[in-house]
Amino acid sequence: MRSGQDLELVHLTKRYGDTVAVRDVNYVFHNGTYVCLLGPSGCGKSTTLRMIAGHESVSDGSIVLDGLDIAHLPPAKRGTAMMFQSYALFPHLSVRDNVAFSLRMRGVDKPSRHKAADEMLELVHMTSFAQRLPAQLSGGQQQRVALARALVTKPRVLLLDEPLSALDPFLRIKVRAELKRLQRELGITFIHVTHGQDEALALADEIVVMNNAVIEQAGAARDVWNAPKTEFVARFMGGHNVISLDGAKVALRADEVVLGDHGLSATVTSVEYQGAHVAMTSMTEAGEEVLALVPESTFYANPKNPGDAVSLAWDEGRAHRLQA
Amino acid sequence: MLKNRHIQGWLQASPLTLILIGFLILPIITIVVVSFWQATEFSIIPGFSFENYEFLFGSPVTYKVFFATFKYAAITWAMTLAIGFTVAYYLAFHIQNQTTQIALFLLCTIPFWTSNIIRMISWIPFLGRNGIANSMLQSWGITDQPLEWLLYSDFSVILAFVHLYTLFMVVPIFNTMTRIDHSLIEAARDNGASGFQTLTHVILPLTKPGIMIGTIFVLTLVMGDFITVRFMSGSQKANVGRLISNDIALLQYPSAAATAVILLITVLIVIGILLRFVDIRKEL
Repeated sequence: MRSGQDLELVHLTKRYGDTVAVRDVNYVFHNGTYVCLLGPSGCGKSTTLRMIAGHESVSDGSIVLDGLDIAHLPPAKRGTAMMFQSYALFPHLSVRDNVAFSLRMRGVDKPSRHKAADEMLELVHMTSFAQRLPAQLSGGQQQRVALARALVTKPRVLLLDEPLSALDPFLRIKVRAELKRLQRELGITFIHVTHGQDEALALADEIVVMNNAVIEQAGAARDVWNAPKTEFVARFMGGHNVISLDGAKVALRADEVVLGDHGLSATVTSVEYQGAHVAMTSMTEAGEEVLALVPESTFYANPKNPGDAVSLAWDEGRAHRLQA
Repeated sequence: MLKNRHIQGWLQASPLTLILIGFLILPIITIVVVSFWQATEFSIIPGFSFENYEFLFGSPVTYKVFFATFKYAAITWAMTLAIGFTVAYYLAFHIQNQTTQIALFLLCTIPFWTSNIIRMISWIPFLGRNGIANSMLQSWGITDQPLEWLLYSDFSVILAFVHLYTLFMVVPIFNTMTRIDHSLIEAARDNGASGFQTLTHVILPLTKPGIMIGTIFVLTLVMGDFITVRFMSGSQKANVGRLISNDIALLQYPSAAATAVILLITVLIVIGILLRFVDIRKEL
């Protein structure tokens, strides 16, 4: 489903001296999708985002938006806007002036830029705080202001650099829903960098998993979760076991492991009650750890203790082979 | 317990309080008291008289000298600010490596390893009639004869002031600038600000407290100075400090005290006005 309005990375590369931060990345961000760049720290996801934003020079390759190579344009000319991890609100300006900043830089007159800023503040439900200084706002409120500031220029693509990492867990879930709502209302592309797989799964239409400067796997959130291609993806997404079967590595979802009479024999090493599930870790004879997420009622119908021998089974076809 | 902590607090604050009372408050009170005394060529008469102040405010010399003092302060301020801001900006934003930053910053302080007087006097052979500056200008054919205004003039006085006091501008401005989050600069760029707009809309407003502290340093130093003006003007120019020092040399302590009181009040008023514009508390 390509359209002329997609954002495309073509052989995008970033080198710092001899080290390669991003190696020959090719990807198409479809217009109007919510994409999460996911990976451990140092994997190149932030560098990729900053190259798209224009805050990091491109060593090689192009960034194409609307059929135009924007790789060498200044940030404000690209049709992208960035929301910074620390929000980067100007501490000496009121909330309204922060949001209106980019319009002021363009020479928009005061009444129209204040009107545009107020519209954005309404979108993020911050109208009543327009006169305040950033220091007088909570973390969540600052984040909304940063969002309004990024959106006021009507960007085609919004770039979010770990936007939720500075919030407490409770707020994080609230803001997460807010981001998704905004993206749906505005219908623009959101590219969101995160190292939290739960965040990525909750938000993303598409997930791009990066590791060691390259894309390990990309696709719809469900596809990536259900069919991790490599051991790295399976482990990083969590909830999967990686075990050796018939000389090949396979990934097996922890919630699809059942305790049966036949199957892979193993010894229970730990049992953890997690509410809806019981997380039971066991060690196979090959010395591989297997996590089983067993529904609570099923587990307590036939409880196991550390040291017990168990047989681990799963439906045929549920374990799938990983690329070496 | 609460009372105990009260006593502890007072005890902890008392050494500094005593020092300030003994070495700042008492001397100032003494100066104020002496400023109301009378004096003749050979005696000082304790008393309470407005004679010194009447003389001070009645003399046109006072106004001229105060004007000259303000002129030195204003020009020196403008130049130290321009140089100080530029140097601090370069150190804070163009030097990425922190080690280099600190090394260059220390380099700025090296001139302070020699005394003020020596640094001042070393200008004299440079700027003199047959000094390096004049002979160079002539050998390059820029001038035909030695420039008279290079030394013993307002020019040389201000040159020395700027040389001596620029660092007092650099340090507080640099200190404020290093606290500016670099992502703010990026955010400004992301919002379409040009380099100059970033400077005027983001960096300058956020550096104001540092500028203000530097301003206070420079203004008080220049307005209270007497030795630089004396050396660099060859005793041909005057400021308030020289007025006081001359009085003291003539043992006219009451008159010197009165001038000092007026100078103190003037400087305090200037600083008071400045502080109305910028809040420096968060920098302290």
